[in-house]
Amino acid sequence: MEVTTVTEAVDDEPAETDGGVRSYTVRLELVDEPGELLGALEPIAEHGGNLLSIHHERGSVTPRGHIPVEIDLESPPDRFETIVDALREAGVNVMQAGEGRYGEQLSVVLVGELVETDLSGTLAAIEADADATVVDLSLAAPDGIDETASARLRLDVDSERREGAIAAIRAIADDRGLALVEPLPGGEA
Amino acid sequence: MRLAILGAGAVGRSVAELAGDYGHEVVGLADSTAAAVDDDGIDVPAALERKDAGDAVGAAEPEAVFEAGYDALVEATPTTLGDAEPGFSHVRRALADDRHVVLANKGPVAERYDELRALEAESAGSIRFEATVGGAIPVLSTIEDCTPGAVTAVRGVLNGTANFILTRMAAEGLSFDHVLAEAQDLGVAEADPTFDVDGIDAALKFVILANVLADGGFTLEDAAVDGIREIPASALELAAEDGRTIRLIGEATRDGVRVGPRLVPATGALAVTGTRNVVQIETRHAGSLHNSGRGAGGPETATAILSDVGRLPSR
Repeated sequence: MEVTTVTEAVDDEPAETDGGVRSYTVRLELVDEPGELLGALEPIAEHGGNLLSIHHERGSVTPRGHIPVEIDLESPPDRFETIVDALREAGVNVMQAGEGRYGEQLSVVLVGELVETDLSGTLAAIEADADATVVDLSLAAPDGIDETASARLRLDVDSERREGAIAAIRAIADDRGLALVEPLPGGEA
Repeated sequence: MRLAILGAGAVGRSVAELAGDYGHEVVGLADSTAAAVDDDGIDVPAALERKDAGDAVGAAEPEAVFEAGYDALVEATPTTLGDAEPGFSHVRRALADDRHVVLANKGPVAERYDELRALEAESAGSIRFEATVGGAIPVLSTIEDCTPGAVTAVRGVLNGTANFILTRMAAEGLSFDHVLAEAQDLGVAEADPTFDVDGIDAALKFVILANVLADGGFTLEDAAVDGIREIPASALELAAEDGRTIRLIGEATRDGVRVGPRLVPATGALAVTGTRNVVQIETRHAGSLHNSGRGAGGPETATAILSDVGRLPSR
């Protein structure tokens, strides 16, 4: 079992009071074997995490041949650390060697002649150079595909590499003559 | 305090009109061609009436305000880039005479901050410039109260024109050019909107903030600046589908200055609407603070100037 990303999500406002509970999303990749899911849930419950929902995508398989599972839970911020540690202690192999446990999603908007400049090539370049996974794409080309279009990308990135990922996307956008609207880190509150 | 006011545009004249309410006296008021000067206090309504009628604001040369018996010079002439003249020379002259200076003119503080501070160090007078950043919103005084060392970053919307345009584009699904023309009709945007829509005006303010945080070292050249001309309505629509919107956001830290269109949560504190401005002050020990309000306008900016005057040490 591997934990690939643990996304801090759902509420943008950090709880500032003692005992404040926040919502977290933990994304796991499970080997398709009996007991794997239970093994991942136990450490969460044992350490005071309140399970909200489990989304077990049995139909889809990750590039590594594993099954993605998304778990929403609530816990106080300090206890969330303990839960992630417990997952690792339970034999969970944390990807990327201890750095960047917390993955996050970030959205960017690209503007320009997106189709003309090879949209799929742009996406492939972003996945490769920014070390990110494009999980969602929305395209708006109100004046036709030959004119200026906008695309919103939602990307999974390693939070430790967030700035690097954005810099890489910026370079790709510059290279292709596209305007990039970046998210604002720290401006979420 | 006795004030000498340089610049009789919307800001300068509002300072002149409101000074009395704040317990100050106007002993000089100059525009680019003439000055009214009287050590016993000029007749402000009469001077402004003359100007409105197309006559000289007073009988004296503009330079005569420096000879007036003033305590603080209010520098409210138009912002210029590069050498920031003639504003910079006005400040130098007042400091050389050991007078205080309160600036609404962004040029000297953004482009020649280090020189200003050096001149101030040799003078018995001091400089203040709350009005250069965010109009009526107390930004610099908030940083001063937190102490600049405890502030790690300042972000926000400091250009009402660009914010108005983005707000209208998002609300109505209209193009940049369409909304710009509308803003010009409404007087929200100037005939030449370059300063506002290309991010230069916002960048000057964030350069000033970076200078305050880092105690100098920045000019407009150090800022990475993008405007909003390239943002189509479709980009705002896509952002909205995701619960976000696009705003022209500036960021100042000790490491640099950036201004550009950014995605922000549509219901977040930075997504102010219309011509409103907002700043988010990120502090080391107290989380982030948000101040929002009117970032431009004569009386609004004048209140920032008069607050500065009130904070000056007595001479």
